[in-house]
Amino acid sequence: MIRSKLTRRGALKAGIGGVAATALAAPAVHGQPRTTLRCGFWDHWVPAGNGALRELCAEWGQRERVDVQVDFITSVGNQLQLTIAAEAQSKSGHDILSFPTWFPAAYADQLVPVDDVMGRLAGKYGAVTPAAEYLAKRDGKWTAIPAVSGTQMKPCLGRIDLLKQHAGLDVQAMWPAEDKAGPGADAWTWDAFLAAAEKCHAAGVPFGLPMGTFSDAVDWLGALFTSFGASMLDADGKATVRNNPKLRAAVDYMVKLSKVLPDDVWAWDDASNNRAIGSGRSALIFNPPSAYAVARRDKMENFDQMWTFPMPSGPEGRFTPYLPYFWGIWDFSRNIGPAKGLLEFLSQRESAEKQTTISAGYDIPPFVSMNDFAVWKNEGPPPGVVFNYPIKAHHNAKTSVAFAPAPPEIAVQAYTQGLNTGLIARIAQGGMSVDDALGWAERELRNFARG
Amino acid sequence: MAPDGSAKAITQPVARGPRGRSPGVSSLERLARRRSSIAFLMTLPLILVIAGLVAYPAAWAIYLSTLNRRMRANIGFDNYLILLESESFRMIIWQSCFFAITAVLLKALIGFWLAHMLHHIPTRGQRKWRGMLLIPWVIPPALSTLGWWWMFDPSYSSINWIINVFGFPSVPWLGQPWWARISVIMVNVWYGAPFFMIMYLAALKSVPEQLYEAASIDGATSWQRLRFITLPMMQNIISITVLFSLIVTFANYDIVRVLTNGGPRDTTHLFATYAFQVGILSGNLPRGAAVSLFMLPILAVAAFFILRGVTRRTKEIA
Repeated sequence: MIRSKLTRRGALKAGIGGVAATALAAPAVHGQPRTTLRCGFWDHWVPAGNGALRELCAEWGQRERVDVQVDFITSVGNQLQLTIAAEAQSKSGHDILSFPTWFPAAYADQLVPVDDVMGRLAGKYGAVTPAAEYLAKRDGKWTAIPAVSGTQMKPCLGRIDLLKQHAGLDVQAMWPAEDKAGPGADAWTWDAFLAAAEKCHAAGVPFGLPMGTFSDAVDWLGALFTSFGASMLDADGKATVRNNPKLRAAVDYMVKLSKVLPDDVWAWDDASNNRAIGSGRSALIFNPPSAYAVARRDKMENFDQMWTFPMPSGPEGRFTPYLPYFWGIWDFSRNIGPAKGLLEFLSQRESAEKQTTISAGYDIPPFVSMNDFAVWKNEGPPPGVVFNYPIKAHHNAKTSVAFAPAPPEIAVQAYTQGLNTGLIARIAQGGMSVDDALGWAERELRNFARG
Repeated sequence: MAPDGSAKAITQPVARGPRGRSPGVSSLERLARRRSSIAFLMTLPLILVIAGLVAYPAAWAIYLSTLNRRMRANIGFDNYLILLESESFRMIIWQSCFFAITAVLLKALIGFWLAHMLHHIPTRGQRKWRGMLLIPWVIPPALSTLGWWWMFDPSYSSINWIINVFGFPSVPWLGQPWWARISVIMVNVWYGAPFFMIMYLAALKSVPEQLYEAASIDGATSWQRLRFITLPMMQNIISITVLFSLIVTFANYDIVRVLTNGGPRDTTHLFATYAFQVGILSGNLPRGAAVSLFMLPILAVAAFFILRGVTRRTKEIA
């Protein structure tokens, strides 16, 4: 018979040892992430831009013990838009997704309201830019959070030397890299802009303003129309084209301006204007700092002569084209709580500044109080080249979204089909009379509101 | 094969019990032995693929096109009526037809001419030329169109640069409506003509040489040989190729998307590009589905007439 050597004392010791070992290992076990949060963010033009989001997500995930999986989805070839449509139809995919300008409204029914997050953020950082509110608020509820990454403005980006030489404008003095306007800033109106455009056209460096259906074209023309008070749709989505003297004034202005633009602007895409200023063929474009960043990276001739400054003002004020991204949470997500937590973290001032700094000032935070990050003062040469890229108090400007204040689901149709640029093209390029072209626009706008 | 279609009947006759049943054979076994069952089982994967990837999406698209913008209510055929009332969309119907018919005709003519040229080259040299001429067709169109876009670029067109060298003014390839339409058709023809060429070359090689020899003895001219031998012998392959190409060309997306994005002034939009713009980019999926389904009746009519001709000729030959 085999006798067991295990004594009662030995069993007790082994038991105590086992409990101790379990207790020691417990924190490590409890430290493992139990939740996986899947995020699909917009793939940034600036390669390092993705790095900021990746680091911030990792930092938050580690702190909150959440496994944050991040995909960067390009908007090239509308890949992001297709992903959104596919996930909405299949009701599966990411928990958090980046939504381009008009998409929160289009998918509002499938997005989790984020009023609680926006309330806390607004309480801390103040007002959100009204254009973001117009795009993301539906029936008084925030459907998505205005994102920092990818959000851009499109003010003037001009050549200091060419504008000084040919148009007599010292834009660096007018709009210095300081919180004040310089001499001549008050006179920076659309009339002054037209005069400068004519002079630069005569000098062989016409303003490179696209007139196709891509967003750069629709955005800048939308801002011009807004500064003339020339809305094509009212807040109910009804066409306001007929008997609209402000729209007529804006159209007449544009017909004059289009005569001094390059002949091929009707076929320009969103990169054509960047190339126009980079190559020195144009003295001015409307663009975020990406055109400057590429010129600097590639050491293009005279990149250090570029300067960002506000849009001209019109009878109704100064408006800057605004093209935001949003972060939304699908209603089929099983991790709504952690998703809200992550988005709140990404919208904090420190996180926003990190995103903006790494993107060389490209990303615009939604809160007006954050328009003072150091990166905009420090970028260069020339130093302060993008200081006036975000809207500052002394600009007396507002953000503009083309076809606002119409309900987004109607406005987006006019936007993507470039109805404002199409209107001008029909007159200036197609030889249609103003009345006929306005009639065409009115019929199209009415159709957008139907169904 | 036995009249009841059973495979077993061919190999060995089975003694049948009362009511025609084979003794000792279960009904499952009998089912498995029937040729129709085996045929059905073998085609089942294909049926499932077609049902899942063709029938279901098509039915879903038709259903989608009857919904309102918010996809909450059924509005019948209102989306189609709204589209037909839009001047822009009526122009797109015309453009799609013009683009597809012109491009297919040009591809067929160029393909036929190239096939003839190749057919008369000695076999050794033919392989080399055949490979080279197929290059446009094997490059992914999104990539090759990007190359064309660089050549047509509004500001830095290399073609314009060459034209300028010879003292001619620049051509607004993508900036003027008609030039843009021509550019889009040119790229489509460049991409698609090799497909016609290779199909027609195969058809040419299958025409019996004796027919040409007999025609030569009868004193037929080269035009008569083409008119009375080559074309009748190739008629079916020409019809099938034209139908296939018509479907693909009507549904073309990438060339217009890369070259013009539908501009200037929507004058190069096709059904597919407009459907994408309305459905995905404008967030109006039901109306986008309605745009894309507009192709269906046009192509169905074309397919009906072309396939009826093919069937008739096949019966005549048989």
